[in-house]
Amino acid sequence: MVKVSQILDELNAKLVCGNTDLNQDINFGFASDLMSDVLTIDSDNLLLVTGLNNLQTIRTSEMSDIPYILFVRDKKASEEMKSLAEESGITLIECGYSMFRACSILCKMGLEPVY
Amino acid sequence: MDFKFDIEGGNFSKAGSASSDVKKVLKKLNVDPKLIKRIVVSIYEAEVNVVAHAYEGEMNVSIFPEKIVVRIVDKGPGIPDIDLAMQKGYSTASPAVREMGFGAGMGLPNIKKNTNELNIKSEVGVGTEVELINYLN
Repeated sequence: MVKVSQILDELNAKLVCGNTDLNQDINFGFASDLMSDVLTIDSDNLLLVTGLNNLQTIRTSEMSDIPYILFVRDKKASEEMKSLAEESGITLIECGYSMFRACSILCKMGLEPVY
Repeated sequence: MDFKFDIEGGNFSKAGSASSDVKKVLKKLNVDPKLIKRIVVSIYEAEVNVVAHAYEGEMNVSIFPEKIVVRIVDKGPGIPDIDLAMQKGYSTASPAVREMGFGAGMGLPNIKKNTNELNIKSEVGVGTEVELINYLN
């Protein structure tokens, strides 16, 4: 389990919208750019790590009850994405690290894999 | 209790809006959150299929005391071989659909996984009707 504040510190990341309580705990992590794959996940309280920044990333997370999305490689959420995320109660985080580097750090921090 | 939502073919900026509306309705009705997730994941997959493959469609949701029935009907190219379309990994999606994070041939199998009953009828050149039934108990 890791706290949002730890993710922001360790990944040099920025919270761009959503719940600003940095003390929130996150249990699981899953990395994918394939939303079809994300839709098969059953785990609760999950951080989605992705480089896919479009509206369907937010929609997929809304349907899958995913509360946190981390965009890697400096992918920026558009205003429309932020607005939809706010409406759906999803917290968006951005960082410049690659997906591999971000996942490696998150794993070491104690974020649990789904599989 | 019946609800109807329109789906626009080809418009990925709106894809998921019908499923999102259904999710809001089910939440208001205090349906079990785990069941809501199963239902909305499966109807979102079906909605994305309409957006990806058809010209237009509609989603009809009927809520009964014992079950929730969602019928998604589209006007589109239809599915020539439903058994083949049900196979994991089989897809006819365009590169544009794949760029959106879909088209991996996982949609219909995932719909099946998340529904108690799945019925698909399709006519080539006319369209497809997908019926998803989930029981409340």
